[in-house]
Amino acid sequence: MATVTARRGRPDGPEAYDERLGRVGLGRRLLARPELGAGVGAVAVFAFFAVYTDQFATARGIGNMLDPAATLGIMAVVVALLMIGGEFDLSAGVMTASSGLVIAMLTTEAGLNVWPAILLALAFGALVGLANGLLVVRTGLPSFIVTLGTFLVLQGLNLGVTKVVTGTVQVGGVHRTEGYDSAFAMFARTFSIAGGDYRITILWWLGVTALATWVLLRTRAGNWVFSVGGNPAAARSVGVPVARTKVLLFVTVSVTAALVGAMLVLRLRSVQANQGIGDEFQFIIAAVIGGCLLTGGYGSAVGAAVGALIFGMAKQGIVFAGWDSDWFQLFLGVLLLLAAMLNHYVRWRAEARR
Amino acid sequence: MTGPYLEVRDLGKRYGNIIALAGVSTRVHPGTVTCVLGDNGAGKSTLIKIFAGVHQHDEGELLVDGAQARFASPRDALDRGIATVYQDLALVPLMSVWRNFFLGNEPTRGFGPWRRFDVRLARQTTRRELAAMGIDIRDPDQPVGQLSGGERQSVAIARAVHFGARVLVLDEPTSALGVKQAGVVLRYIVQARERGLAVVFITHNPHHAYPVGDRFLILNRGRSLGDFAKAEVSRDELTQLMAGGAELEALSHELELLRPPSPS
Repeated sequence: MATVTARRGRPDGPEAYDERLGRVGLGRRLLARPELGAGVGAVAVFAFFAVYTDQFATARGIGNMLDPAATLGIMAVVVALLMIGGEFDLSAGVMTASSGLVIAMLTTEAGLNVWPAILLALAFGALVGLANGLLVVRTGLPSFIVTLGTFLVLQGLNLGVTKVVTGTVQVGGVHRTEGYDSAFAMFARTFSIAGGDYRITILWWLGVTALATWVLLRTRAGNWVFSVGGNPAAARSVGVPVARTKVLLFVTVSVTAALVGAMLVLRLRSVQANQGIGDEFQFIIAAVIGGCLLTGGYGSAVGAAVGALIFGMAKQGIVFAGWDSDWFQLFLGVLLLLAAMLNHYVRWRAEARR
Repeated sequence: MTGPYLEVRDLGKRYGNIIALAGVSTRVHPGTVTCVLGDNGAGKSTLIKIFAGVHQHDEGELLVDGAQARFASPRDALDRGIATVYQDLALVPLMSVWRNFFLGNEPTRGFGPWRRFDVRLARQTTRRELAAMGIDIRDPDQPVGQLSGGERQSVAIARAVHFGARVLVLDEPTSALGVKQAGVVLRYIVQARERGLAVVFITHNPHHAYPVGDRFLILNRGRSLGDFAKAEVSRDELTQLMAGGAELEALSHELELLRPPSPS
């Protein structure tokens, strides 16, 4: 990678040599990366379950662990962007269910083709994100409170509207509607490679992670995301459109939640009105494990993706090990605390004056 | 000799019925430093805000390059080449030096969806610009939070110079710094002057102002106590004027009386 030479090599020749700049060891350099904790954690969890269980490090096991990691990972990556921008979105989990319900009702009740239904669900997501973002930047209220409000509003809508329309708390039969097969191929099909089944959502996950990383590190918008989370007053005074950047981040999260909702409803063929509740914390936890600071201004998309991978591995590993799935929560809690402490230390190092 | 780049004549500003500034005149030539001295509440911040385009003057004249001017907004002032470096510096501690340097003015390459932040150019330019100011940053990749107060100040100054400032307005750049760090910043002020910039240096410390200043405007309670060339005033006179002479003498007398008799 050319940029690595530009960074560590000395493009302007030997005169730029500075005796105070001691050789930076690999260890210290890695420590400065937000992904470090997640990377080490992923290797440790994989190694543990690979040794402890027989099925884990097999094609089938890997396919199984990547499946839940993929949809979680897509969300964790965009939630990480929002957190780097200094905000939270508690409505993202419920939004996935809202999107699924919109698609299911529009297709089964209104007879719409699946594709326009997906587009309408995405538009609905954009609207929710716009509402979240505008409320936050206009009122100056903490996004924690604002999106807690939209979380409750969406939860109420999901249950209320579903009951009114179908008389039950679920909508099913999406697979019998027009356009389902092509949409399924795009968002939910599986591939078999060497005995393992892999969901196409894994490709979406990789794509979203790559795109988010590129935007964050190599575009103006990415520079603005870091600045609006790190010091909004400073960003504003050098001409960064702070409000617009934040609103667009909220829209990105909600639209992506709508997309993930579409992926889930196409795969499951039905959607429960109370689905998705609590998922928003998983997104945030995966982002924190991936190196995001809760205070904003620091983090990484790759880290969040790896954070989601740890989730998937632990979930599947506990099943293979034959343990009670309740242990998963304990594992999560410990991991979150360790990650938060590591991030705190990394931040302290980054801000410590020399 | 060229005329002053920035000049004010009998400048005044009111906030409602409060007179924040009245009858203030001074000028800044390219390649010189004009110091604005005054205690807290003297009207220094009001003057800065007029220079920066945050507020507009109500009385008197503001001239840029000899022509009457009135800045509608901070952007307007910036477009006229007047860059203001505030005390908070507008830096993001968790971001690297080069990301901070170009924040809001990122150079890009490529077109359409491939338009991207030219990271290599940004790194090289940052290093070169800082070196040209005599600022020695160890590593442009390190977060700004790791720099000392003086280094941060210098990054903010170098950034203003790079983005085409002709007048550099510095708001109390030395006030929060130790003796050594303040000296470092004073050296950068001289550097900026040597590069032909007009510098407005706002401070309440005559010991920082006197060595670098070519012209001194002293403010007290919103009014000008005088606008002197360096030859017309000594350091002691400056200090006296600033503190309102008589008051300071009375104070030192009072403090003398408080001192307990020495044991020996």
